[in-house]
Amino acid sequence: MKFGVVVFPGSNCDHDCHHVLKNVLSKDVTYIWHKTTAVDDDVDCLILPGGFSYGDYLRTGAIARFSPVMAEVEQFAKKGKYVMGICNGFQILCEAGLLPGVLMMNNSLKFICKNVHIRVENIHTPFTSKCRKGEVLKMPIAHKDGNYFVDESTLKRLEDNGQVLFRYSTPDGDVSSKANPNGSVANIAGVVNAEGNVMGMMPHPERVCEPILGGTDGLGIFTSIVEFLG
Amino acid sequence: MRFNVYVTLKRGVLDPQGKAVMDALHSLHFGEVRDVRVGKFIELNLDGLPEQEARARVEKMCQELLANPVIEEFRIEEVRA
Repeated sequence: MKFGVVVFPGSNCDHDCHHVLKNVLSKDVTYIWHKTTAVDDDVDCLILPGGFSYGDYLRTGAIARFSPVMAEVEQFAKKGKYVMGICNGFQILCEAGLLPGVLMMNNSLKFICKNVHIRVENIHTPFTSKCRKGEVLKMPIAHKDGNYFVDESTLKRLEDNGQVLFRYSTPDGDVSSKANPNGSVANIAGVVNAEGNVMGMMPHPERVCEPILGGTDGLGIFTSIVEFLG
Repeated sequence: MRFNVYVTLKRGVLDPQGKAVMDALHSLHFGEVRDVRVGKFIELNLDGLPEQEARARVEKMCQELLANPVIEEFRIEEVRA
């Protein structure tokens, strides 16, 4: 089993993801520079990390989406291999059309950096199988554009297919507008594509995988995919 | 040849930035302002293509990169010297 962490100019969570996989979970992991046009065959799961690729110019992820490596990421996903996008990675996957929707500016117009709670909505995916249904995870968000938007018909399709993975909630798991930090439709914090092999989320699980960093609630997401790839 | 491209949020998509600008205008006593929508203005200078082809290509640029069709719409305007 091998992971690849894609590095765009402006990525800044690439090392955190690499560290979790290599040092916390002892897995084989490699960096993949965005100019690469061939991802090694032995890579099973790609991670698009957080950051501010291309300075968020035009729209978040809009330029990164045309990086040379992205054609390869699309092929990789089409083959049924696994892709995770975290924060800016989620924004890029949406722009690339690999995930539905778009991340708009927070309704407060502010950059928000704080711990939030998210409720796990679907545990029958390769990215959440080690979580418990309804489990509430505490992890940080750090974004200005995390306001997830899809139109009504797409939202219904996501809900009906169980494609909503995480929702912002209170510590008790109550999904309310009070617990919604950025205005996301239906409190959505993370989704998976219809095929179930591409996921994106705004919170940062890679930042809470060791007690010394204040928590381990992010670990379940990585151990899920690790166990799945077995 | 010059084209102006206006990228705006679709009607029905909330625009918190526009709302903040409206609130500021209200506090400056421009109470008549009923709605504000903030968008992007992009100026494109193109080299040597017949007008119709140039416009078609600008249209394609909007669809592929300049606007995100999930939330935005665009308007193209040719600027005659």
